[in-house]
Amino acid sequence: MLAPAVLVIGVFMLIPMFIALAYSFMTADPYGGVQAPFTFDAYIQFLYQRDFDDSLIFASDYILIIARSIYLAVSTTVICLALGLPVAWYIVCQSEERRRVLLFLITLPFWINTLIRTYCWILILRDEGLANKLLCALGIIADPLPLLYNDGSILLGLVYTFLPFMVLPIYSTLERIDSRLIEAAYDLYASRVAVFRRVIWPLAKPGALAGATLVFAPALGSFLAPDLLGGGKKLLIGSLIQMQFTSSRNWPFGAALSIAITAVILLVIILRSWTAPKREAQA
Amino acid sequence: MIELTGVSKSFTTKDVGTVAALKGVSLRIDGNEFFTLLGPSGCGKTTLLRLIGGFEMPSTGAIRIDDLDVAALPPQKRPVNTVFQSYALFPHMTVAGNVAFGLEMCGWKKADIDARVKEALALVRLDGFATRKPTQLSGGQQQRVALARALAPKPKVLLLDEPLSALDLKLRKEMQGELKRLQRETGITFVLVTHDQEEALAMSDRIAVMRDGLVLQVGTPKAIYDNPNSRFVADFIGEANLVPGNVLGRDHGMTVAVRPERVTLGRLNGHGARAKGEVAGVTFLGLDTLYEILLDGARVRARVRDAGEPFQAGDTVAVDWPDTAERELLH
Amino acid sequence: MSRPFDWRHTPGFGTLTAAILVFLYAPLVILVVYAFNASRMVTIWQGFSTHWFAAIARNSDIRGAAENSLIIAIVATIAATLIALAGALALERGNLTFGRGLVTGMVAMPLVVPEIVVAITTLVFFSALGMHHGLLNLMIAHTVFCIPFALLPIQARLKDMGGTLEEAGRDLYASEWKLFRRVTLPLLAPAIGAGAIMAFVISLDDFLISMMVSSAGSTTLPVYVYGMMRLGVTPEVNAISTILLAISVVFVASALLLGRKRRAA
Repeated sequence: MLAPAVLVIGVFMLIPMFIALAYSFMTADPYGGVQAPFTFDAYIQFLYQRDFDDSLIFASDYILIIARSIYLAVSTTVICLALGLPVAWYIVCQSEERRRVLLFLITLPFWINTLIRTYCWILILRDEGLANKLLCALGIIADPLPLLYNDGSILLGLVYTFLPFMVLPIYSTLERIDSRLIEAAYDLYASRVAVFRRVIWPLAKPGALAGATLVFAPALGSFLAPDLLGGGKKLLIGSLIQMQFTSSRNWPFGAALSIAITAVILLVIILRSWTAPKREAQA
Repeated sequence: MIELTGVSKSFTTKDVGTVAALKGVSLRIDGNEFFTLLGPSGCGKTTLLRLIGGFEMPSTGAIRIDDLDVAALPPQKRPVNTVFQSYALFPHMTVAGNVAFGLEMCGWKKADIDARVKEALALVRLDGFATRKPTQLSGGQQQRVALARALAPKPKVLLLDEPLSALDLKLRKEMQGELKRLQRETGITFVLVTHDQEEALAMSDRIAVMRDGLVLQVGTPKAIYDNPNSRFVADFIGEANLVPGNVLGRDHGMTVAVRPERVTLGRLNGHGARAKGEVAGVTFLGLDTLYEILLDGARVRARVRDAGEPFQAGDTVAVDWPDTAERELLH
Repeated sequence: MSRPFDWRHTPGFGTLTAAILVFLYAPLVILVVYAFNASRMVTIWQGFSTHWFAAIARNSDIRGAAENSLIIAIVATIAATLIALAGALALERGNLTFGRGLVTGMVAMPLVVPEIVVAITTLVFFSALGMHHGLLNLMIAHTVFCIPFALLPIQARLKDMGGTLEEAGRDLYASEWKLFRRVTLPLLAPAIGAGAIMAFVISLDDFLISMMVSSAGSTTLPVYVYGMMRLGVTPEVNAISTILLAISVVFVASALLLGRKRRAA
């Protein structure tokens, strides 16, 4: 019964990953693909470039790209958390009917075509876009602002894409909190802030962490937001990898990057699942 | 009709390891009998029921139904039907559809099915409900549909898993009578599981009292009530005073069991009473008055009907009971 | 304070939620509005018009890409849903003791691994095998990442249903196959529908994996539209984007609503 599912995913996901791992240790074929000699070149490329005399010079380009990607992914996660938490709390405090409607409204955008959702922001943020037109019309500025093609617009796109997905896990955790716990806290003279800090947040943490993981991982490897909203000039890991398989024709390097980013995400997930049971045992 | 020999069942789970739910049970249940498995939760009564029904296989032992060895047979192949605790009515079928299901699965012809469905619904007094859906029914009605559905295929044995636990008191009393009537009318062996000893006493022809995976005593309600074979049974069925032997000047290791309604209280007048004690509490219950007496080393409850001369807290009284009312129990 | 203390009411949160909902939906609304803009100058409103949609419909490249997307989506949906059904039944009704964690992990893989990694590993896989069958490659790739989306609602519903109804069916002499057909399947149908719709939409909307895996003759609609977008903002782009948006919304909404039918036991 299970065989088809395991087989299909095993063959088409696990095996490719191993092939990619193998590829990362091979040499780039100038026409795309890989060729024989096994080498660490791809991994060395993370940090070093070969000079004309074949010596290695430390190059920070790729490290910077990786660092920027991580920074943007973390920022996205933090912003989504800061916005998602109050929204989740608000929804939990509504009546059953309104909850369902609100959850539906919040969840729907996440499943809508990401390409389209990202494109909308081009329409709004570009020089002749809605935002600038409004600001000019209101007389706030004279010339259009370069709202697009920078880290800010990428961040905006990422938050826009992933915010709904942060709300759901937090909501599920909050929903399970017994309202009598909160009433008890208020009964014992706690202020709103104290109730949040001492009662709500500790109970909501698992949900927040789940949401954070669900946002961080895809944000790190995101392609569309950096590509469309970053103008393709400011590279992040996602677009860097994609380039290796198109214009740069450096499959091993692309494979190496993919392995690296997957390893990072797996690490995050494993760390989370190690700390999670301990927390539950304490609760 | 049903013979269980040396049946035991163990479950292994990741969290708690191996648990022995049944530890070697042997029972005989006769045809046309209303038999009840009675015991506190965790005693294994539901496991035993499920073993008869075929939802679990025994770890050891043999199960025979009507002289057929069924231990290896799945539920589909046993002439047994079950009324589940949650009723388990198919929500996407009508009442008639539910009742007809077992018949369809056995390949009955349409005309026969229709006739039998009508019969079954009439049997449980739900005529006219055929086209309703389970979600439109009350708890009591759903239960009767579950009964009709299980009775329709004319099984040799009907299993009932705590069928009345979800009903309110009045309905429960009503259904106790209904179940008894159904068993009489159909002549099918009923095996019922409950933790409610009053229910067991009211409905059963015979009861098996269970505890911790073992059957402690099997007998008619009266036999078990009058002659409990252990402290547990004496205490579980009805109320019982359990007085340590040494308090009455007898063997140290033995317990004397006597029902509160057989205890008589009288003024001290020197005639040899079994024991003397002080009245610690008096509770007026309308028909009866419940006295709590402190003996030297034990508490005894006396249930006195139409107490003529009521005693008061602090009075010293003579406590007595007829010889036939007591049982000496060793465990 | 005019109202008595209600800890459920946190001042400002309602407004924030409303603002966020506006934030989420406004850009989409703006897109739709512009798609109906008669003017070629995308930012000057010149009246309501549908002629950009007509232009789209006449574009044979777009029609070709749309056909590809549709074919791939249908095949992937059927395959993924069947596989997911088998998998969900095995997980929730089978006697899996050890494999559970492993299987659940594997099924979750397409969701957890970043899309770009899935895309290039798939590309690498087909290349290593020497498989260059445009549409077939895409169908396989889509099936794989659609499986988890189809599986989730089915598994959730099976969990909800609990095993007692099936025990009752067996008690009433139903064979395993008849049990599945008469009891399990009818009750599972809405969840299977929701799973299938989700899989369909996910496949239609997929961009990254399709871009990496597709070859010259097998472009899918999102990939083609992306190409249009890179060339610049035009009304045609707005129009086709609106169509894609509408399809997304309709299908996702129906999947979410179908998956919610919990009223029946």
